[in-house]
Amino acid sequence: MSFDGDLTRSTAAALAAAIKGGDVTAAEVTQAHLDRIAKVDEKVHAFLHVDTEGALAKAAEVDAKRARGEQLGPLAGVPLALKDVFTTKGVPTTCGSKMLQGWVPPYDATVTRRLREADVVILGKTNMDEFAMGSSTENSAYGVTHNPWDLSRIPGGSGGGSSASLAAFEAPLAIGTDTGGSIRQPASVTGTVGVKPTYGGVSRYGLVAFSSSLDQGGPCARTVLDAALLHAAIAGHDPMDSTSIDLPVPDVVGAAKLADVKGMRIGVVKQFDGDGYQDGVRQRFHESVDLLRELGATIVEVDCPSFDYALPAYYLIAPSECSSNLARFDAMRYGLRVGDDGVNGVEEVTSLSREAGFGPEVKRRIMLGTYALSSGYYDAYYGSAQQVRTLIMRDFDRAFADVDVLVSPTTPTTAFKIGERADDPMAMYLADLCTIPSNMAGNAGMSIPVGLAPEDGLPVGLQIIAPAMADDRLYRVGSAVEAALNGKWGRPLIQEVPSL
Amino acid sequence: MSTSTVTLPSYEDALATYDPVMGLEVHVELGTVTKMFCGCPTAFGADPNTQTCPTCLGLPGALPVVNAKAIESAIRIGLALNCEIAEWCRFARKNYFYPDMPKNFQTSQYDEPIAFNGYLDIEAAGKTWRIEIERAHMEEDTGKSTHVGGATGRIHGAEYSLVDYNRAGIPLIEIVTKPITGTGEHAPEVARAYVAELRELIKALGVSEARMELGQMRCDANVSLRPIGREKFGTRSETKNVNSLRSVERAVTFEIRRHAAVLNAGDTVIQETRHFHENDGTTSPGRVKEEAEDYRYFPEPDLVPVAPARAWVDELRGTLPELPSVRRNRLQAEWGATDHDMQSIQNAGAVDLIVQTVSLGAPADQARKWWMGELARHANEQEVELGDLAITPAQVAELVTLTAAGTLNDKLARQVIVGVLAGEGSPEQVVAARGLAVVSDDGPLLAAIDEAIAKFPDAAEKVRGGNQGPAGQLIGAVMKTTRGQADAARVRELLLERLSG
Repeated sequence: MSFDGDLTRSTAAALAAAIKGGDVTAAEVTQAHLDRIAKVDEKVHAFLHVDTEGALAKAAEVDAKRARGEQLGPLAGVPLALKDVFTTKGVPTTCGSKMLQGWVPPYDATVTRRLREADVVILGKTNMDEFAMGSSTENSAYGVTHNPWDLSRIPGGSGGGSSASLAAFEAPLAIGTDTGGSIRQPASVTGTVGVKPTYGGVSRYGLVAFSSSLDQGGPCARTVLDAALLHAAIAGHDPMDSTSIDLPVPDVVGAAKLADVKGMRIGVVKQFDGDGYQDGVRQRFHESVDLLRELGATIVEVDCPSFDYALPAYYLIAPSECSSNLARFDAMRYGLRVGDDGVNGVEEVTSLSREAGFGPEVKRRIMLGTYALSSGYYDAYYGSAQQVRTLIMRDFDRAFADVDVLVSPTTPTTAFKIGERADDPMAMYLADLCTIPSNMAGNAGMSIPVGLAPEDGLPVGLQIIAPAMADDRLYRVGSAVEAALNGKWGRPLIQEVPSL
Repeated sequence: MSTSTVTLPSYEDALATYDPVMGLEVHVELGTVTKMFCGCPTAFGADPNTQTCPTCLGLPGALPVVNAKAIESAIRIGLALNCEIAEWCRFARKNYFYPDMPKNFQTSQYDEPIAFNGYLDIEAAGKTWRIEIERAHMEEDTGKSTHVGGATGRIHGAEYSLVDYNRAGIPLIEIVTKPITGTGEHAPEVARAYVAELRELIKALGVSEARMELGQMRCDANVSLRPIGREKFGTRSETKNVNSLRSVERAVTFEIRRHAAVLNAGDTVIQETRHFHENDGTTSPGRVKEEAEDYRYFPEPDLVPVAPARAWVDELRGTLPELPSVRRNRLQAEWGATDHDMQSIQNAGAVDLIVQTVSLGAPADQARKWWMGELARHANEQEVELGDLAITPAQVAELVTLTAAGTLNDKLARQVIVGVLAGEGSPEQVVAARGLAVVSDDGPLLAAIDEAIAKFPDAAEKVRGGNQGPAGQLIGAVMKTTRGQADAARVRELLLERLSG
């Protein structure tokens, strides 16, 4: 092997270049990652399903293409971990739920299809909070995922499997989905990069819906450029998704290479600071703001008063939509079926199956949502929440009239202990305090690592928010901060992860 | 059935005390090539579950995309019903659990229908009625359940159920009237005429074949009674899936009588859905709901709002065909029919049948005569719609041609119709098989005439003497001998010739 260094510690960009240049084969890269998974996933539990056969077959296909002299795409042969909420034809898709145990979809999600078309090697499906509801991956029906920085801590959620797979060097790329922060918060607590693209930027076709108006698939990686390359591979208009935006994808790769914030106006959200924020998180955040100023950006404080209502409004809208989206799990056509004893009728079987198949958090949200949509309560709950949503959009509009991007901590604390918030849903919900407004408004957000909190030595994330379809600004700011910090530290923060 | 234990007042008695109010909800399956929210074909009659995909099966992750042709059809229906067309409207989810609904919510429209505030003028009981249209909205059909085992064919008591999702996602337009008041005793007739007129309109627009027997058009009839003179509406019942014009009329009639019985007994009408029974014309209660169904409607987040450009709406307005009422007036003039004739033709669903028969060469008076006479009688006897008789306009035109050529007389033609309806083939085939043609060869007729003269010498003698009165007896005898296959006029001619010689 002429590749210089550890394949599993490499960036996606470097791996793609090495494969293209013939320094290493896609099969070797894939096998190295499969070996790494075999070695460490017992401790991390990032994966629900490893598709060894499919991954190696894809790698062989890439190597054959190269051997035939065919042009390889920018991520050809690079392994990826796919959140188990995207359908994969012929490969199990569970959404972290018992309800879908054993279900093998007959079709590929658009994201899955685009990954295959980009010759990305899908290693397997990653663990998640059941149906993407949670902030710790503790709500998975298949066991918790551990944070590679400290195995006693959560890797964030709902996409904890994806973030952990990156931090554990099991995959250089991963796909997540972000309904209230499920890409950004896991990225923050695992010292990785996560991007929620503009709503409608990445197709939702084949993304098993939690909350349709909020869900958005996006890239997860260890570097800003890798995230941009993955973003470019999966984004773009899809006629199968009516809410997909029919506009050119912003030049995220170009922006990631630019790494320059000179002349940009950056807003600091006043509401996301102070009480409830861990000291070390605040410290690293304020250092990041100072750094941006040093790099030539103008910093202004921005007031977004409606953001204070974002969390409660989110917990009406998301459960409302989820109560309807999850109605299809009725034991009739696929998934778990309980109580079909020849005596029970349809209603009993549906009821018993849902009782057995859904976990407590999913049930809680279905009940909340059913209540919020019921006649007589609709206006007070769902209706009011939609009004708050409009106010949040207006706050963003006002802010973006003055600044190019907004910044805040991604999440108020570093990774908490497994079990610490499991019995306190309100405490768990607070993890998404800073990320939810972007989902409510449909704009774009990113989390990048900006250091370790001094008190616990755990990663802290900086959130960057850009207007809808200005996703490139995330990458411009993110790459500038990343480059400056790497310069300061001498190597990427992710290399500080304890060896497993 | 609970209703059979109660003696119902006569229809006349019911109407002497009460004033009926109706609301009609008609579902029309659009004849689009593909489904409402996916690319699956809509062709009727395919093997179960062969016209499905992740979207119309409601598989996890699948998403809907609106069929533009369905929107176009909905707007054209709205325009033809004199409706306003929404400048901006959304789909909504109607949430309820049922196994034939793949997502356990129906993608429909709630408070933002594509078309609203229209009307349809119809003719019934010798006058014109303006039926006001509340709304016409778009939605998707459900799958089709077949309940196997059990006595009723309904889910209750069935051993198991089969679901065919080929129908799931077929575009539907639901057309809802405002309360129809002031029809009095004519209520059932008005209901029928409205559905008939709507069907004609839908067919004329070319958006659906609107064949009720295939479920392409289904009517839910809401009926309530209020004491004559009272303003406030009574409690309504909703009789679901009434699937023929005749049934609409019968269902409304029955419900008026049933409500009257309940009210006469001092009881209150229960707001409920009811099923109509074709066999005896009664209704029975549907699913008993312990509480009001709460569908938890909310805007469908997987679809973007529909905002038809005004220019497009105007363009579609330009594509509206000659509307059935206009066409009827034209045909009435062409056919020289009276108002009454025309209404009977319309009510019998015979307009298109006659038009088609005429287009195949039959004179209009002949086409009308057969469809509205002998064939209407058969339809009535068989209790089916005229159009559902096993005879085509082409066959009727053939029959007319045969009578015009003298091959058949009316009596023989009636026998031919019986043969065609019995599936014995085309009129020509029936004539050949049954040997029904008029005997046009004079040879056998002369033999029969001689036989008659020999049999009734007295009558023959009188005719010879110049008294033509008894000729009828002789002609009758000839007709009997020839089993009606002789041309009576020719027989008379030959007979008189014979007896004058």
